[in-house]
Order: sequence, then structure tokens, then C-alpha cells
Amino acid sequence: MTAPPISGATLSADNLTVSLGGRAVLHGVSAEFRAGEVTAVVGPNGAGKSTLLACLAGLRKPDAGSVSLEGAPLAALSHRERARKIGFLPQTPEVAWAVDVETLVGLGRTPHSGMRGLSEADRLAVARALKHTDLEELALREVKSLSGGERGRALFARVLAGEPSWLLADEPLAGLDPGHQLDAVDLMRGFAAQAGQGVVMTLHDLAIAARLADRVLVLVDGRLIADGPPREALTPDVLARAYGVTARVVEGQSGPLIELVGRHG
Amino acid sequence: MSHSRRSWLLIGGLLLAIAVLFGLSLMSGRVWAPWSAWVDRADPRWAIIFELRLPRTVLAVAIGAALGLSGAAMQGYTRNPLADPGVLGVSSMAALGAVMSLYLGLAFTATWLLPACAILGAGLGVVLMLALAGTTGGTVTFLLAGVILNTVASAGVALALSLAPNPWAAQEIISWLLGSLADRSVEEVRLAVPLIVVGLAILLTLRKSLDALTLGETGAVALGVNLSAVRVILAVGVGIASGASVAVTGLIGFVGLIAPHLVRPLVGHRPGALLIPSALAGSALVLAADIVVRLTPSAAEMRLGVATAAVGGPFFLALLISMRRRLA
Repeated sequence: MTAPPISGATLSADNLTVSLGGRAVLHGVSAEFRAGEVTAVVGPNGAGKSTLLACLAGLRKPDAGSVSLEGAPLAALSHRERARKIGFLPQTPEVAWAVDVETLVGLGRTPHSGMRGLSEADRLAVARALKHTDLEELALREVKSLSGGERGRALFARVLAGEPSWLLADEPLAGLDPGHQLDAVDLMRGFAAQAGQGVVMTLHDLAIAARLADRVLVLVDGRLIADGPPREALTPDVLARAYGVTARVVEGQSGPLIELVGRHG
Repeated sequence: MSHSRRSWLLIGGLLLAIAVLFGLSLMSGRVWAPWSAWVDRADPRWAIIFELRLPRTVLAVAIGAALGLSGAAMQGYTRNPLADPGVLGVSSMAALGAVMSLYLGLAFTATWLLPACAILGAGLGVVLMLALAGTTGGTVTFLLAGVILNTVASAGVALALSLAPNPWAAQEIISWLLGSLADRSVEEVRLAVPLIVVGLAILLTLRKSLDALTLGETGAVALGVNLSAVRVILAVGVGIASGASVAVTGLIGFVGLIAPHLVRPLVGHRPGALLIPSALAGSALVLAADIVVRLTPSAAEMRLGVATAAVGGPFFLALLISMRRRLA
């Protein structure tokens, strides 16, 4: 299931520490993400998942520690270079104005395009992204008129059009029904299957994390308490510490199944 | 038809409209000056056309473009269709700067001091607006920031009026505040037009960043946009363009609000592609309004600022009603 990691194509966090309004949100988090893998970051509300993702995407400067991309510090890259390498899907993506799908997807080319608008190469990348997400027919539809699933695909196509090496997504499955969740999971897995590309996402749903991810990080109160393949990371002991629940983990067809028994203790 | 082709057609159409209105503006007024009077230097109307109406017409084009583009840039940055230099208090801050220079007598020592103070006031207005609304400001927060700035600026103007050293100074301030293009000369053209051109050129560099801001601040930063640079460019560009406009014409409201709305659907709602068409639509609007003002039969000429407010007020109201559900 896991593609062999390509040497150098890594994103790593080294001892990240972040405080927000006097409260420490991340305490010295270190982790390495490899291309070819889908990594899920799970944890209870307020554990610091979104903050970790924002640091990895270069959107927030950690108070201490650093993020490196392919061995070089992320902070040393220009905004544009960083945006070419890392595509970011925010938790509640805003789309202002009544733009159509093609325009939205074209915005993904921002780090590549010049002052004079989209080049031929930019247009081809947009066309590929629309085709890949099956949105060609909806290209001229207004984004606001799309259904939740279509909108999710359009936002994903926006990231694809930028041709980044990394896709960092904050709760990309929130608000989707099970069918659309599986479609989104397929798109993420397809992205990570491309040479030199990797996905890091935060997730609320443990069942999906167990099924979809190659690797799971469990974050509690700004500290990593587990890091590994789902079977090793999502153990009853870890779940008890993370969520205060008693859980049973059984072997399912496509990965471990987590059954919540009740509140811990 | 592709977006870019439609944009070029739109720009061509607007240029044509401006050319027609420009000609009409030279012809119309209390004295009708047909084409034949333009070419005959001996005709007494020749002086009216080239010494009175030409500066006024050139200024109408320039300040219309300045207000239209400033409005479009502010709407793009704030993702707020109600943003405009007037509504968000930038024009009032420019007026406060200009009034202070009149009050302190600076404006009489050197002609460039009044526009310099107006530009300073406008730039400060943008900075305060951004600071008040914060980085996550929604539509309502920006409007409230505008209410505060407008209130503070008009209090400052009122203070200067009540403390005016003589009735003549107070009269001067009031008359200038009302906003007009009447009796503007080549002096004012020389003062304002180069500044406005610089301001517009600065704002045009924001095209790509404003497009990216369609995805919100986080989305734009993730696409490599340097938000702090965008804020500085916006403050400097809007400051120079709308400050210079206010300095020579006083307060002419609502042009920056209306112009972007007229052309937005025609450019596929892209905030960056909207800038140039919005500047041209602003020019056409001010030209048309200034012609109407001159042709309206009245004892004294109606003020241009009053005319744009008479159209802009109801327009603002209609916008507000159509947005009510979103704002609630």
C-alpha cells in the first residue's frame, strides 16, 4: 500500500513550539512526513492539529523549532516558492464573489503565473485539474451554486492546478456525506500515489483515519503521543489517553476497525 | 467567449463612452458650444471650451478613475461589496487633512501643501481602517470601522470650522467640502493628474493579489501572496489617488461604490480584472454627472458632490437590501 519513499522528498517538523495568547498550543512537536504517504493527524478538539498544519504549510511562524522541506528550512523560501511546493486547503475555505469553477481553479496557478494572467502552460494545468476531478462540465458554473460535494472537488482541483508536491488539508472531510467522503479519500490517495507527492491532513473521524491513512499522528494537548501506521498508533491505550474513551480495536477488511465501548474510567 | 476577450471588449466600449462624454462635456453648459466653435480661435466660445471646460473635463476623467479604481481595490481587498473610499471613511480623512491645512493656513503658503495633507489623511485613513477592522474583519467590521473614521473625521472638520479664524475661512472650507468641479483651472489639473496617475499605477500592481484574495486571507497567503506588502501598497495607492482627488474637488461620494458594481459581472467577478474597467466606469460616471449638473436649470450650479450622493444614496440602499440576509 505504501509507495517507497523518495529520498529527499520529505517535509519535517523539528521541535515545533507555538503559544497563542499566552497558552502553549504545541510543545516541541517533531515529525517527518514522507512523499508517497497519506498522513492523518488526529486528536481531541483543541489539541493543536490545525496549528501544526499551519506551521507545516508555512502560514504560521513557530515560536521555536523549524519546518524543513526537502532538507532546507521552509522559512528561507520566498512566499512564491513555498506556495509552489505546498498546496493548502483551509478548514472553512472562503470563496468570495460569484466566480465560476474555472476561475477558482485558475487561482491555483497564482504562484506560477506572471502579471499578465494565465499562460498556455497555466491553462493546460487548469484543464488537467478540471478533468482529473471530473469537473469539465461544471467549469462555467458559479462556485456558489455547487453542491457540497462538487464544491469540495472544485477546491481540491484548485490545489491540483498549482501542481504542489505536498497537499496539506485541514479537516477536508468535514461536512461531507459518506459517499463524498470516500470520493475525497480517493482523490487524496491518488495525489499521494504520484511520484514525489505526499498528503498531510487533520481528521476528526478515527474510522476514516484508520482506513485511509498510511500513518497516523495522535496529538494531545500539543504533544505527540503516537506516530505510526494505524494499527500501531490507534491502540486502545492511546485512544484512552487521547479521548478518555474505552475502545476495542479489531481487524477489519481494509484496516483496523475502532469500536467505542464507552467513556473511560 | 473567454474572460480576457470579454474584458477587452468591455474596456473598448468604456473608452468609447468616455470619448463621447468628453466631447459632450466640452460642448455643454450655460453656453452651448458646437463642434464649429472648437476649430475657430476667433469664436468667443473657443476660450470657454479650452480654458474653462477642458480642465474641468480632464479632472472629471481623472478623479472618476481614481475613485472607481480605489473603490474596486478596496472592495477586492475587503471582499466587501459595500467598500468605497467614502463609505469606509478614507475620503473624510483626506478632507480632514485638507481642512487642517486650510485652518492652519498652510494651504496659503504653498499650493502643494493642501494635496499633500489630503493624501496623508487618506493614507492614514486606510491604515486606521485596516487596523480597526483587524485581519479577520468581515463585512460588518469594515463598515463599523468606516462609521468610526467618518465620525472622527467630521468631528475634526466641525472643530476646525467652529474655530475658524474668520468667516471667510469657514466659508472657504464649507464650499470646498461640498465637492465640485466648477471653476477648476489648469493649475488643479497639473497638481492632481500626475498624482492620480501614480496612485493608479501603484494600485494596478495589486491585480494578482486581489484575485487570490477571493480565497480569503489564509487562501491568499497559502498561494504565496505577501499580505503585509498588499496592505502597504493599498494604503499608499488609495491614499495618493483618492487623497489627490479630494484635494482638488472636495467630497464626491459613491463613485467608488457604484463603478465596480456596474462592471463586475462583465469581468467574471474577478477582483483583479475589475480594476481597469472600474476606473473607466468611474470616469464615465463623473463625466456624465458633471454634464447633468451643468445642464440642470437652477440659479446657482448644483454641486457635483450633491448629485453623486443623490444617485449613490439610493444605490447604496438597494445594495444593502439585497445583502441583508448575508449580513444578518
